[in-house]
Amino acid sequence: MVAERAAWEQCSVVRVVPPVEPRKLAKVPFVELADGRLQGVVSSGSDIARVYVSSITAGTHTYDCSTNNNRPCGALHGSPCKHLHALAGEAVLQYGLDRVARYLRVEVPEGGRLMSCLNGAPERTPAAVVFSRFLRHLAYLEVPDSTDPLAELHWFPAMGAVR
Amino acid sequence: MLGMRLGELLDGAPAGVDEALDLVAGFDDALVHGFARLGEERAAALAALAGAMAATPLGERLGEAAEKVIAGSVSDEHLAALAGGRSALFGAVHDALLARLDAALGRSRAAWEAPAAAPEEVAGNLLAGCRGWLRELAIAGWRGVDHDLVSAADRTLDASQAIPELRGLSVLLDGLAAELRASCPVATMERLPVRRWADLWARGVLLSRAGAWNGGAEPVSGRLLILGTDVHEHSTVVRAQVHGILESSGGSPSRLVRLSVAAAKVDTITGPAVWRLMSGFPVLLAALAEHRSLEITDMPLLAGGDLVWQEERARAGEVADPFATARVMLGEALAPAVPPLDRHPVRVAEPVLVEGYTTTDGRAFELGGNTLAVDVDRLPACGPLTPELVAASSSCVGLMRWDGGRWLLRPLAVVATVKRKPVAAHNGDWAMGPTDPKVVKAEARAGDVVAVLRERAGRLLRR
Repeated sequence: MVAERAAWEQCSVVRVVPPVEPRKLAKVPFVELADGRLQGVVSSGSDIARVYVSSITAGTHTYDCSTNNNRPCGALHGSPCKHLHALAGEAVLQYGLDRVARYLRVEVPEGGRLMSCLNGAPERTPAAVVFSRFLRHLAYLEVPDSTDPLAELHWFPAMGAVR
Repeated sequence: MLGMRLGELLDGAPAGVDEALDLVAGFDDALVHGFARLGEERAAALAALAGAMAATPLGERLGEAAEKVIAGSVSDEHLAALAGGRSALFGAVHDALLARLDAALGRSRAAWEAPAAAPEEVAGNLLAGCRGWLRELAIAGWRGVDHDLVSAADRTLDASQAIPELRGLSVLLDGLAAELRASCPVATMERLPVRRWADLWARGVLLSRAGAWNGGAEPVSGRLLILGTDVHEHSTVVRAQVHGILESSGGSPSRLVRLSVAAAKVDTITGPAVWRLMSGFPVLLAALAEHRSLEITDMPLLAGGDLVWQEERARAGEVADPFATARVMLGEALAPAVPPLDRHPVRVAEPVLVEGYTTTDGRAFELGGNTLAVDVDRLPACGPLTPELVAASSSCVGLMRWDGGRWLLRPLAVVATVKRKPVAAHNGDWAMGPTDPKVVKAEARAGDVVAVLRERAGRLLRR
């Protein structure tokens, strides 16, 4: 074990961030495990210009859902709304149940569902931060292509498929 | 063709490599704990690095830098000298490894000639921003990295992305930031990618002095025969790097070249969908998918052997099988010199043709009594190669790489026997969309993720 760890630590190319599974993005375009929360953006089912910002905090499992204009989600009455359920479902698809459960610090029994293992209460969290991280995420799609040699990318070989 | 002299290549590290890497390991350990709390042992490691380089042109500056940093004064100048010393050691290791590989392959390599080009003016404030972040990281050490320190780079990186001359630096630091973010709080991590993060840090420090060092280009014309496509990616970038042989129309000897197309992305764009981000390069993508040569006219070629791809200077040529190209031309082609500051073992990526091997699981090829490790863990998800195909293969075009003290082969293309029929698979085969019906179906199920995100961006970004 010790020798294996030492060898891993002396490699220039090792995988630090695991690859993510492909998933449909139409309903939940953005999911991340960051800032101590599972957080993301859920597209509104009725208005294409509106999105909901949903989040579940690691440890306490408190949750929140509001529009990007900071109006509380109308469906949030003491239990998680459908946006939160969608967020959790897509996060499990993207990262795998283990990784999400570990991040949120929750025990999910074999065959169990993530949302039914969370017992938090609603608690307001700032939607603006998450929404601006989503906009930053989208802004990558507008960065121009490059045909420079970019030798630094030799440190970043293809992630490999999720197997 | 690799085979006959593989034993020489695999027979231990060249003289001095282990000693050089020991010095590097001492420096890298200092970065783990941070320059703010070096302690006696790690201060001695910095002094040893400087001492080993004392007789070189870097010696004086490195000696002063080590002294000042040990005394607690960490300036950009000192960090640049230290990063330079570490990089010079890797340069020597790189040269020893590449010389041995060239000898084993019988490959001749051009001598380095510095291009005559004035350095480009780049945005000084952004470079200073990057240097500042790298300095904070060095002071805190990897163990001291938290969310706030990682996020401190965001604004500088956002601004740098859009500037072509800073693309390498921003792609590098964005990749490092994503790894640090995913590892926060680093203090509680069981093991750290010590060598890797120090590599990225050191290259970042050098790039943030005055930007990239591509230098001037000469225009070249002729026929470009493709050998294979290497794919690089992290969560916000994907890049196809094509290795090929250029037959100049001037009659000069054919030479090995590389060309690259990089596109920004996000982590949820994976698999064959990444090719859609490169749709601005239809001539190149079609040549990859259809195994065609390319006729190029006055395409800029950098001194390090990189073509700076411009679609309008290329048109599709005849169909040309990369295995035939490798068999007929790879032995004679002249390899390019490596730009001095790019000399690091990680950049060693020499195309080779390997045949006549046996393999049981695809993780190693047995060849003439030698065992060559094969890197099957990171076959690109945007292409048809799988560990199973590699395990069933009998010929392979790949890149010889070196990491963690050993050589390994990264496959770019294989010919395998599947259901008693020969099947060829190349990394670039799906450049115009997947051809495997199962993959096409899976893609259809996921929907067009690129289109979905572009629609969201169009609706939400500029409001």
